Amino acid sequence: MTKNMEKSKSRSNLGVRSKPARQQATSGDASQPLKMVKNQNGGDVNTSDQTQNRLSIKPGKIDSISGPLVIAVDVEGLKLYDMVSVGYAKLMGEVIELRDNRAWVQVYEETSGLSVNEPVISLQKPLSVQLGPGMLTRFYDGIQRPLDTIFELSGTFIQKGISVPPLNQEKAWQFTAAKKVGDQVVAGDIIGQVPETSLITHYVMVPPGVEGKIIKIADGKYQIDQTVAVVVDDQQKEVPLKMYQYWPIRQGRPYQKKLQSNVPLTTGQRVLDTFFPILKGGTAATPGPFGSGKTVTQQQLAKWCDAQIIIYIGCGERGNEMTDVLKEFPHLKDPKSGKPLMERTVLIANTSNMPIAAREASIYTGITIAEYYRDMGYDVALMADSTSRWAEALREISGRLEEMPGEEGYPAYLAGRIAQFYERAGVVLCAGGGQSSEREEIKTEDSKQDQTAAKSSRPKKSTQLTKSRQGSVTVVGAVSPPGGDLSEPVSQSSLRVTKVYWALDSSLAYARHYPAIHWLQSYSLYSEEVDDYNRNNFDYEYPELRRKFMGMLQEEAKLQEIIRIVGMDSLSNQERILLETTKSLREDYLQQNAFDEVDTYTSKDKQLAMLRAIWGFYEACLGFAERNSERLVSDVLDMELKNELAKMKYVSEQELDKIVSLPKQFHDEVRRIEQAGEDGEPEKPPLHMSISHLDTDIDQANGGE
Amino acid sequence: MPALTWYTNITELYGPLLIVESVESPTYEELVTIELGDGSQRQGRVLEAHRGKAVVQVFGSTTGLDLEKTKVRFLGKTAQMSVTKQLLGRTLSGLGEVIDDGPAVIGEEERDINGSATNPFARKVPSDFIQTGISTIDVLNTLIRGQKLPIFSLSGLPHNKVAAQIARQATVVSHQQSESVSSRSSSSKSAADDFAIVFGAMGVTSAEAHYFRRELEDTGALGRSVLFLNQADDPVIERILLPRMALTTAEYLAFTHHMHVLVILTDMTNYANALREISAARKEIPGRRGYPGYMYTDLASLYERAGCVEGSDGSITQIPILTMPDDDKTHPIPDLTGYITEGQIAFARELHHKDMYPPVDVLASLSRLKVSEEKTRDDHHAMANQLFAAYAKGKEVRELAQILGEASLSVVDNQYLVFAKSFEERFICQGENENRQIFDSLQIGWELLKILPQTELKRIKPDIIAKYMK
Repeated sequence: MTKNMEKSKSRSNLGVRSKPARQQATSGDASQPLKMVKNQNGGDVNTSDQTQNRLSIKPGKIDSISGPLVIAVDVEGLKLYDMVSVGYAKLMGEVIELRDNRAWVQVYEETSGLSVNEPVISLQKPLSVQLGPGMLTRFYDGIQRPLDTIFELSGTFIQKGISVPPLNQEKAWQFTAAKKVGDQVVAGDIIGQVPETSLITHYVMVPPGVEGKIIKIADGKYQIDQTVAVVVDDQQKEVPLKMYQYWPIRQGRPYQKKLQSNVPLTTGQRVLDTFFPILKGGTAATPGPFGSGKTVTQQQLAKWCDAQIIIYIGCGERGNEMTDVLKEFPHLKDPKSGKPLMERTVLIANTSNMPIAAREASIYTGITIAEYYRDMGYDVALMADSTSRWAEALREISGRLEEMPGEEGYPAYLAGRIAQFYERAGVVLCAGGGQSSEREEIKTEDSKQDQTAAKSSRPKKSTQLTKSRQGSVTVVGAVSPPGGDLSEPVSQSSLRVTKVYWALDSSLAYARHYPAIHWLQSYSLYSEEVDDYNRNNFDYEYPELRRKFMGMLQEEAKLQEIIRIVGMDSLSNQERILLETTKSLREDYLQQNAFDEVDTYTSKDKQLAMLRAIWGFYEACLGFAERNSERLVSDVLDMELKNELAKMKYVSEQELDKIVSLPKQFHDEVRRIEQAGEDGEPEKPPLHMSISHLDTDIDQANGGE
Repeated sequence: MPALTWYTNITELYGPLLIVESVESPTYEELVTIELGDGSQRQGRVLEAHRGKAVVQVFGSTTGLDLEKTKVRFLGKTAQMSVTKQLLGRTLSGLGEVIDDGPAVIGEEERDINGSATNPFARKVPSDFIQTGISTIDVLNTLIRGQKLPIFSLSGLPHNKVAAQIARQATVVSHQQSESVSSRSSSSKSAADDFAIVFGAMGVTSAEAHYFRRELEDTGALGRSVLFLNQADDPVIERILLPRMALTTAEYLAFTHHMHVLVILTDMTNYANALREISAARKEIPGRRGYPGYMYTDLASLYERAGCVEGSDGSITQIPILTMPDDDKTHPIPDLTGYITEGQIAFARELHHKDMYPPVDVLASLSRLKVSEEKTRDDHHAMANQLFAAYAKGKEVRELAQILGEASLSVVDNQYLVFAKSFEERFICQGENENRQIFDSLQIGWELLKILPQTELKRIKPDIIAKYMK
């Protein structure tokens, strides 16, 4: 890793005279430093003249060690959040506090075996990820070390201090230029493309902080470290461009502006798509006690949602779960393209037994990679399982720093960190322009900072904005509240900032109602936008049915209260029909088996057909009750044909006709029963409807036994 | 490396901790030897390393230590234990010392007891079905090789009996078995010599320790078992080391000698309490109920040492046993455990009172790992789901019947009531020595489902019902 970092630092200096990277890095020969770029947070993003400093920097010494926290003294040239190399084992660490000559360092690896007085060296840059082609299909740890390569190098167990470059250094990528010599480019502009996987084309962008005129660019096969283009800026400095760039993980990547999102993220999960939808660029939290199916829900989203890129972060969770994802995804096919899902996925795993500080970083590593693909114009979905483990890592480090604890021992800045993280989601107008050639006209920089602090002279035309790319990052964070108690700080802070709340309920899980998303507790603040979208782009009836059914589910809860007090007999026929319908809705629609080949994914067409079928049943029965007030409603409620509702979920997408015809069948069947009754056929004995288990569920959930 | 000098500048002694000053460069987690005034020696470990000062955790009792005469020597290595196959059949203390009457054990390899994090990339997805002969586990909460499946017990319940029964009966069903093949014969191979049990007892009473030892002896399993014993009156600090020793041994047997190791750890509640005690002594900021904030990570560093890895045929399956304080599932110990482990077998006091063995609370139990159906039978998942759903419904009807009276129940609800009762009596209940084959258990399931009308069996696909419902 150290060596790798060294290389990265020298990147701004090389290539122009086509010297090999390593050589120049060690020679300490710094050429034109890149100009400093202020990003949104005002930090220095792209410093360059560090390479020659490296040799002159004196190492400091370890002063004390306690768990993942090391205090170092007399380390030269340290800035807050800089990386350091700790001890003879060269463990990676990050400076989190500076006082006098002492630096508090959180170490990303196991610290046992470190001794006082071992050297600590500043790496002179914040914790960054290397962004470039080859990240998809890879499996990284919390600080972007590829676990597959580590496995080859160190076997079953992860060795301490192991250093592996994040991207494949040998592989040659086919680069196709999108710009030509003489073109004017700004940061974020696409200069070319690389086929990263069979699903995803990787767009090579001008890194933030660079703009100027292209003086050299050519198609061809390049390794990651080779220069694909050279840009000369207005101070006549030559800047070599490669297929990768670095970005510090704790800062959001720049973009032109945030947009209002209005396109739903389709997940193929009925309860989510229909009742609690999320928008592309939206945020959702899924708190739930253990065993309620958080991980399965997250994995289902990762498998089936219609984002183009998936970032899956296993943060402080089980090793076997990550392995499961890793082994399963290559075999799963994207429902649209038929290509393996792995080809659009980056996995980041910091399992619960891996070092805690790297767990803290894993969330940021993931979202930075997500933002990078967003900047290419892709819709990215990020799943973080689980943010509670990340918060616990914060708490542990905070405790070792002897900070004043806030609620439940969590640091006072917890809520702020959570909000910052979710705020990195959204739909944006990407930095740079589209692939149009009218780049010359844009003369300004492009970050959000520049937008807000824009000089009035800045020329900007709306026509150019429309030509720009849009990308989105959708964030779904799982929360694992201790004891399932949502009053704890992580759940509360998450719910304050996320727009969708999928409430996983243990009593539903006990009854094996999966996904155990409670329909009365969950909510989506995007419902209106999604309804609008569906009305305009999908089907007018879909949002209507959603509203009607949601109302019925609320009504059902009320009726069940009544039943518990006075029994079933007090219910009217209409109410009985409603209860029977919601029972079917719960069992045949809301329940979805993630492990069934067909049921695991339901297209929106099928969802609509299913909703119509259940509605058809309801209407047909209601009609019967209205026309035959003297007859027992159980005559129709127990009809044989009702079983078809239960079978709907197993009907494949190709045979949708079977479901589409159901409303008519119900209608006909009810007519038939009606006539048979009129013809004097003996009526069946009254069969009370069985009372659903919903009422006791709610009791358990509220009573908190 | 500095020479191994004795440091005598001990400034503080409290609880299990010792603070020594004027130390040149202590190493974090380094082992130390402590010599008392009378020449006897104890061991310890560096908990915090500062310039010129080290906080040392003393293994064993701190009785007899003083500030004047006690000396400390730093060994320059972290806690290790020597492992060898010769450990099989032996009994060790929480410090890894042989405490049976046999000869000393000469190790083949020194291993760091903390282990290293398993690379998730190196893991194999566990999928081999372990038949425990207990219906509630085999059908509903299947135990898989490489899984960590704790037992959430309550004080006074027969968790030790169940654990012993699992240890006795556990076999792996062959992959391409057909229904006619008895799983017993196909699994006899794996049970023979590549199967081992590592048993770690933390803070148990001597009666419990004897029980397990006798159980293993009686069934002839002692020869392939390693016992680690820390009794209730042994030093608390050894409870922290014991599971790490046990798991280091298990890793050695599983991944070096390709054995299938079943690790039973009892009682994790004692372990967590020991952790809390040490944390309090270090004056750390307490988390929930006084347990340290890092307890999740600490427990994970134990539980995550279960699994199967590439390049080894062996596996580590963990069954940690914990007793839920005050029968409270949201207590930090079961709660954090549940978040790490792949499911749980929960016990219910109510069933125990009804004299049902094993008292498995079916609805609160869960196994996250799915056995692939080729390894059991194609009706397994659906059957499990249906039994869960039907029993959940049955129990609710039972509650309802208590309020409204059975007379007010519908026909179907009455059938559920009968189902729930039969399910408890015939499916959950079984003998302590009854080893039910998986197909027998499934058969009981099908017979029970006949109580209900077929329209209620929504979790099972019609073709499966047609195939097995006879």
